[in-house]
Amino acid sequence: MIKVDNISKKYGRLQALKNVSFEIEEGQILGFLGPNGAGKSTTMNIITGYLSCDEGSVSIDGIDIMEDPKEAKKKIGYLPEQPPLYYDMTVQQYLEFVFQLKKVRLPMKEHINKICDMVKINDVRGRILKHLSKGYCQRVGLAQALIGDPPVLILDEPTVGLDPQQIIEIRKLIRDLGKKHTVILSSHLLSEVQAVSDRILVINHGTIAADEMTSSLTMTGRSTEKLDVIIEGRKQTVKSILAKIDGVTAVDERGEVEKGCFEYIIDSKRDVRRLIFRALAKTDFSILSMKPVERSLEDTYLNIITGKYESEGDADNDSNI
Amino acid sequence: MTAIFKREFRSYFTSPVGYSVLAAFMFFSGLFLYVYCLYPGISSMYSVFQSMFMIVLFIIPIITMRLFSEDKKMKTDQILLTSPVSIPAIVLAKFLSALAILGLCLCSYIIEGLALSFFSHPDWSVIIGNVFGMALMGSAFIAIGIFVSSLTESVVVAAVISFAANMFISLFDAAASTISWEWLNEFVGAISFQQKYSNFALGIVSLSDVVFFLSAVFLFLFLTDRVIEKRRWA
Repeated sequence: MIKVDNISKKYGRLQALKNVSFEIEEGQILGFLGPNGAGKSTTMNIITGYLSCDEGSVSIDGIDIMEDPKEAKKKIGYLPEQPPLYYDMTVQQYLEFVFQLKKVRLPMKEHINKICDMVKINDVRGRILKHLSKGYCQRVGLAQALIGDPPVLILDEPTVGLDPQQIIEIRKLIRDLGKKHTVILSSHLLSEVQAVSDRILVINHGTIAADEMTSSLTMTGRSTEKLDVIIEGRKQTVKSILAKIDGVTAVDERGEVEKGCFEYIIDSKRDVRRLIFRALAKTDFSILSMKPVERSLEDTYLNIITGKYESEGDADNDSNI
Repeated sequence: MTAIFKREFRSYFTSPVGYSVLAAFMFFSGLFLYVYCLYPGISSMYSVFQSMFMIVLFIIPIITMRLFSEDKKMKTDQILLTSPVSIPAIVLAKFLSALAILGLCLCSYIIEGLALSFFSHPDWSVIIGNVFGMALMGSAFIAIGIFVSSLTESVVVAAVISFAANMFISLFDAAASTISWEWLNEFVGAISFQQKYSNFALGIVSLSDVVFFLSAVFLFLFLTDRVIEKRRWA
């Protein structure tokens, strides 16, 4: 549906994007993830034809955005980082303006009604945009992107400025939209991308740092390499027993949590839970709790952007247990 | 394109800009009508038209100042440039909306002509020629104003620079007389707005003047188109 082929973009001397390529299939929700200034918005601006790229090409449904911008733009609904609202208009006037601007050939009244219902802005339709709160403005921005039922939706940080209740609503809306539309959304919030998208593309320093299905990224995250154990007994002895177990690389004692009970963080190369149990069962020391420290997506993400990430690492094997 | 035209035109009247421009224009044309026609009892509106030149010079930057600069500042250019509308169409729509405001202003001449016709016989060919001439010259000023507006994000800067540019162009004549090289003198005279406008004020509509103003409009609208296109590549 969307094909981004080897695009590069420079702002003066700053290399904003460098040889970025990816493809998105129809009906997929792709999440762009990356720190500020990584090139998320630039990529989106190039896909929508707002900016041009220095090299490479972008095609929407087989139509090149540079060669036939009019036809390609008809297929895209775009919500930029800052919603492009004319603050002197009412919501209704604005949506009618966008409807005409996009040369949509649908019955105007019903179409706008339908969209207002979807993003829940019916109660403010007569109000001037200037007087609306940030959350409403964001939703009007989303409504604007939906006008004309474009097959591709590009949403740059769609939930910024919304309250938690609204965020949940908008996420649900995006997921629903993803059934009919191809969606690209960006965020620097992991939880958001994780909650909504099928596939995650991590962009850092203008290049793609990772491109994975959300499920596999999360799987990588659920690793048993780190254990949090609470054991009753003298800490010196326990520590030396733990350290002798095959596979354990480090034992870190975290202090006394109850009387005579100490907490340990155990790093290991593989799953060592059974070995720990057996080793301690031979002694008088009892295990009070043992739980894997979940390496969250957050950690994976941080590893990716700091460059420590290796795609499809051996963590996959362990996570099955 | 019509959507942009309608929006821009309407936005003049959702803010005080449209009203104040119209009010200022009508106030001064009314004042000059009283001073030059009604009070001395003269039916020729020639002096009114001559004096209005300065007023048009002042108000056009106000009409054009926010056309592109505000879009850039509020990021609303993103919706225009990602819609299935070409850049020339966007430029033309904005140009026409500004021209429509000037057109409304010029309607006051017709009303004044009608008022005079109760007492005497105003020269309608001069009035019509003038409305036409001022619309043409105004178009050229509007095109310059739009071009300046596309260069900056600041509405105020756009207004000041386009006012300075208009002023400079209309003071060409005065500067021309100080130049001793004849060819340069002639060249400056040839591109002077005021001289060409004077012909219209006298009721003379010559093809060369019409072509001159239309070329100026085309040139500056084309430059605007280039500026916006260039921004995509910046």
